[in-house]
Amino acid sequence: MTGGFIVLVAFIVIAIASPWITPTDPLRGDLRLRLAQPSVELPFGADHQGRDMVSRVIAGSRVALLVGFVAVGVGLIAGGILGLVAGYYGGIVDTLIMRVMDIILAFPWLLLVIAVVSILGPSLTNAMLAIGITLVPQYARLLRSVVVSTRQHDFVQAATALGASHGRILWFHVAPHTLGQTIVLSTVSLGKAILAEAGLSFLGLGVQPPTPSWGMMIAVGQDYLRTHPHLSIVPGVAVMLVVVALNLFGDGLSDALNPTRRK
Amino acid sequence: MLSYFLRRVIDVIPVLFVITVLAFLVFYLDPADPVLMIAGENASQRVEDAIRDRLGLDRPAWVQYGTFVTNAIQGDFGTSYRSRQPVADHIWPAFRATLVFTAVAMVLMVIIGIPAGILSATRPYSWLDSIVMSSVLLGLSAPIFWVGIVFIYVFAFKLGWLPTGGFYSWQAVILPALTLALQYGAIVARITRASMLDVMDHDYIRTARSKGVSARSVFYLHALKNASLPIVTTIGLQVASMLGGTILIEKVFAWPGVGRLLVNGILERDAPIVQAGVLLIATAVLILNLLTDWLYGVLDPRVRWS
Repeated sequence: MTGGFIVLVAFIVIAIASPWITPTDPLRGDLRLRLAQPSVELPFGADHQGRDMVSRVIAGSRVALLVGFVAVGVGLIAGGILGLVAGYYGGIVDTLIMRVMDIILAFPWLLLVIAVVSILGPSLTNAMLAIGITLVPQYARLLRSVVVSTRQHDFVQAATALGASHGRILWFHVAPHTLGQTIVLSTVSLGKAILAEAGLSFLGLGVQPPTPSWGMMIAVGQDYLRTHPHLSIVPGVAVMLVVVALNLFGDGLSDALNPTRRK
Repeated sequence: MLSYFLRRVIDVIPVLFVITVLAFLVFYLDPADPVLMIAGENASQRVEDAIRDRLGLDRPAWVQYGTFVTNAIQGDFGTSYRSRQPVADHIWPAFRATLVFTAVAMVLMVIIGIPAGILSATRPYSWLDSIVMSSVLLGLSAPIFWVGIVFIYVFAFKLGWLPTGGFYSWQAVILPALTLALQYGAIVARITRASMLDVMDHDYIRTARSKGVSARSVFYLHALKNASLPIVTTIGLQVASMLGGTILIEKVFAWPGVGRLLVNGILERDAPIVQAGVLLIATAVLILNLLTDWLYGVLDPRVRWS
């Protein structure tokens, strides 16, 4: 968990600071350096447009972080509201919301994202939105289950007896109980969203060139795989490092919040 | 008993409705004008009118939706904008190609995932367990298309054992299927381990032990049987979500399947192809989920009565 946390903090710092710490401009290439092999000056070599891969990979972290956070935000807000409402009111509202969530959950996320992207058109914004939609059901399910178990408690009835409104009870009395598990789910979801963005950009349906994205770098690198394998391998390792870190951190958090599960 | 299976089928109907609406919207909301795409720039007004009339584009959306569903049931998915050929002529061969390597991947997933999970569960918290579980973590965290590319580099370019892609020989199936199987097998391994460890805590296991049943037969006869329910469910769900994973794998290995057709369809703005691809993959997933539910009901009678 500690290792995961360190990698995670490093990733976030690098992503935020990326415009100032890239050794060269990640968008501007030097054609004399086209497909340069790794060397002391260019540790990861240069791509087919002569752009320094170290700078490209650093700049790619920014897109990964941005898509990840926005998608998780979409999932959290939409799924959270739906889950709270379904769990709190119950009845037909609950059935209806959760049935729709089940339907979304039954599909491979990529197919859903592709359907949304093909309707809205490929772009960074649509990618974030589409990936966010695939995360909605998990949040709705989690929050609903916590609300259903919290609703029975005396303090909720006490608040109702004191005349608190539904909105107030949901927000101030019920929602705080969902915090721990929501953070764990968000950690894991962030990893999923980053993988999803890489996949979508790999297919050419996500971030559009010249914006540097890890998935797109892997796709371009495949064309030069025989002679320049590092062009694909390096950005892939970056994705994997971040996602492993998120998964480790999420597992650790969930154990810390739930001591009975620890063995 | 019968009512359980029927109920599952009824549950599927709203999902099927959502799928068809989504697929319909792919075509309906497409900014390209179908008449222009099919007839070309220089067609006469008469030809354009004929096409508009045949496609029913001047009718209300819900009528068009009805026509779309009726045609799709009869295997008519319209005409591709690019090739001007019926979409069905593209989609069925592609679907077969996708099924071939998904089937191989499914077998590999089971062969890899279950033994790995059992191995882990026999010696929990040992070095063997840590190795398996670390591999599972890596399998789940690595982008699947990137793993495929690394495999191509190692097995095709460096070792020269297998082809880099395409579907020209049976050897070509191995790498894409293996890539897919490893990622989804990781989930199967994780669930197998967890449900085995969970079952081992139960009273009847302790009873069997105290009766003097050997550790081996407690493990394989008593525990594995009861742990198999969540494992079977997981495998069913993984096969369904594998169909999503094929979209990425097919691009990596230039596999002539539905996934590649779908992605190229989006990039070439060929809405009828995209529509058919979404509909076909989603329906296949739905059928697999239904089969999993049924199998679950067969294996566990309690499920049928709840």
